[in-house]
Amino acid sequence: MSQNKKDDVTGVETTGHEWDGIEELNNPLPRWWLWTFYATIAWGVVYTILFPAWPLVNSATAGVLNWSTRGQVAERIAAVDEARAGIEARLVETDLAAIPEDEELHSYAVNAGAAVFRTHCSQCHGSGAQGAKGYPNLLDDAWLWGGARDEIAYTVRHGIRNEDDPDARYSQMPAFGDILADEEIATLVDHVQGMAQGGDPAAGPGGELYQANCAACHGETGAGMREVGAPNLTDAIWLYGGDTETLTETITNARFGVMPAWGLRLDEADVRAVATYVHQLGGGEETAPE
Amino acid sequence: MSDTQLYAAREPIFPRRVSGRFRRLKWAILIVTLGIYYVTPWIRWDRGPALPDQAVLVDMANRRFYFFWIEIWSHEFYFVAGLLIMAGLGLFLFTSALGRVWCGYACPQTVWTDLYLAVERWVEGDRNARLRLHKAPWTAHKWRLRLTKWAIWLAIGLATGGAWVFYFTDAPTLLRDIVTLNAAPVAYLTIAILTATTFVFGGFMREQVCIYMCPWPRIQGAMMEEDTLTVAYRDWRGEPRGKGLRRRKAAAQAEEVAAPEAVTRAAGPQIGGRAPVIPMPGVPNTTTGAYDAATPGDCIDCNACVNVCPMGIDIRDGQQLACITCALCIDACDEVMEKIGKPRGLIDYLALSDAPRERAGGTPRAAWRHLIRPRNALYLALWSLVGAGLVFALFIRSEIEMTVAPVRNPTFVTLSDGTIRNTYDIRLRNKQGEPRDFALSLVSEADLAIELEGLEGTITEVPADTQRLQRVYVTAAPGSEAATSAETALRFWAEDIASGERAHRDTVFNGQEN
Ligand code: SF4
Ligand code: SF4
Repeated sequence: MSQNKKDDVTGVETTGHEWDGIEELNNPLPRWWLWTFYATIAWGVVYTILFPAWPLVNSATAGVLNWSTRGQVAERIAAVDEARAGIEARLVETDLAAIPEDEELHSYAVNAGAAVFRTHCSQCHGSGAQGAKGYPNLLDDAWLWGGARDEIAYTVRHGIRNEDDPDARYSQMPAFGDILADEEIATLVDHVQGMAQGGDPAAGPGGELYQANCAACHGETGAGMREVGAPNLTDAIWLYGGDTETLTETITNARFGVMPAWGLRLDEADVRAVATYVHQLGGGEETAPE
Repeated sequence: MSDTQLYAAREPIFPRRVSGRFRRLKWAILIVTLGIYYVTPWIRWDRGPALPDQAVLVDMANRRFYFFWIEIWSHEFYFVAGLLIMAGLGLFLFTSALGRVWCGYACPQTVWTDLYLAVERWVEGDRNARLRLHKAPWTAHKWRLRLTKWAIWLAIGLATGGAWVFYFTDAPTLLRDIVTLNAAPVAYLTIAILTATTFVFGGFMREQVCIYMCPWPRIQGAMMEEDTLTVAYRDWRGEPRGKGLRRRKAAAQAEEVAAPEAVTRAAGPQIGGRAPVIPMPGVPNTTTGAYDAATPGDCIDCNACVNVCPMGIDIRDGQQLACITCALCIDACDEVMEKIGKPRGLIDYLALSDAPRERAGGTPRAAWRHLIRPRNALYLALWSLVGAGLVFALFIRSEIEMTVAPVRNPTFVTLSDGTIRNTYDIRLRNKQGEPRDFALSLVSEADLAIELEGLEGTITEVPADTQRLQRVYVTAAPGSEAATSAETALRFWAEDIASGERAHRDTVFNGQEN
């Protein structure tokens, strides 16, 4: 075994490599290190056989274990669904009004409902449920069709004025532009604005027009009628707006707001969850007021 | 190709038993650190019925960390981060002051290797016996000793891995589950991995871990300077070394009486492992080799320091990367110096900056002069700063943890009678083991009313060990000052009904500005 040259300064053997007078010292690596390196190579080979690895033209080798990230996600979703099956069944079976008594179920319904709301409802009603012109604000205490839990659930399930669900809530305000003269409509607009400020619904010529044309649905006092989704005209809330121009437009051409029947797209648990969520946003009613 | 060997097999090392002040210190540290490690999970601490009664517990699933009276939730993780920073700075400080004390005394690799070596010595005997056994053929006797040793090592490894998992869940329950094979697979897996690593690293890899696997020696090199106290050989005192005949001749000349039998006992040829000398980067090699050959030095070349070294190196070659500064060579050499009637400290803790002084015949400077240096002061200051900050943060932690988030989507809601309503999400945390009732109220110059979602009255219960999100409505009457101005200041109060403790948060009420 011949010895290579020793380096003068360190006394360490050199590898014999030299570049421009710079020599490479040989501090030998431990042999187990080399074996570890071979082991990682072996591991790498086994790994590429077991798992997806080699890119091909349109896909990649699938690996003999047939494992994929997509499959893993599907598995996890299935696991979550399975874990939730019990409480979802409870949500469907429990009487809506009784849900708050079960704290766990209520909190589940509210959180699940919030997710449903963000996905399906926020486009019209807003991410904070604050509504928009023509789309009711769900935070306040005014309800067109009813604010009790099962009323809300019915609205969500069947929708409003849609043609997909025969049980959809339905009503149609006449376009008074075909019935009344422009001056009469102007008088009526004036009168309705007055009613919102506490004016007498029957007073004056506006009162006469109101009682003859509007009271059938909006009520003699203007308090609205939930059976037909007719808004209360005496409160501080306007669905489309209470200014003269908007009211003139509303009375002349009428409005026809449509909501889809979510029962056709969501399962019953989701419908109930979102109804529970909307109910606890600040305006929910325990029972419909007389 | 030349026959240059680029890979080398590990040479086994058989450190000899040694006794002395540093060995005693190391035993003490070993007992204390291992004691803390194995015993801590079994300490109980009563926190009420809903909380775990384990004094130190890392509850991953619920993201809680319990440490005796302190409980840290995930949002307070900065405490843990702070402790880790302190650990890092502490290590810097110790390295800058005392070299690789961490490696030599406290590193798990060192402590467990020490423990494994003690077992090895107990089963197979001291250095020479182990050397003989190593060379002996595999007879029944050798098998018996080896299997006994491995069995004890395995048991220690198992206890090590076992103790680890107890930090993460209730220890007595887990132990029962483990024994009855009911524990989670991850528990068994963790125990298996830690048992295997302890067994392999402590029993077989040993110094290889320090030299080839651990990054810390390289980092430590950057923190050491000439004033750092470290284990070193006083070559100016020891050289030229010599033993036996030559020494006796010189001694006879000087009419000096040596103790030859002591010398023989400690001596022994350099057999067994000898790690390569890898010089410490940046540290000058002080062994110059220019000595007066006529006057023998104090080193009798007995190799005692080499034989006790767990790293298998010779400290007389100068500072080197493999030295973990375990100080066992100091003990070994002191023993020899005592036997031959020379002052102790041929190998000792010393600062390299003292070498020129001592070489010139002067005395080294006092240890405190080396310790009190700007670098150490800086590390200490930073360390204390973080520590003081953590203690301060711990003390100002409010007993009632409340956050108020005004709902700004939308800023306000008009109700049918014209009332203006704002909504706030109030989060209340209850870290205690019992449910707590909190009364919520508000103070404002304006006339505002408070109402709690889903509740009658203003008292909300937060169950034990949870946080509750309570939606709160605040209303201003139609046309009132608050209802018609953009912002009105308001303050929420939360009061723990049972203890009377109060906390408050300030926020604003948004009205409809006309
Ligand atoms: S070199 Fe690394 S493993 Fe070895 S004693 Fe120091 S810190 Fe521990
Ligand atoms: S030379 Fe060996 S025995 Fe001496 S301190 Fe360094 S590692 Fe320990």
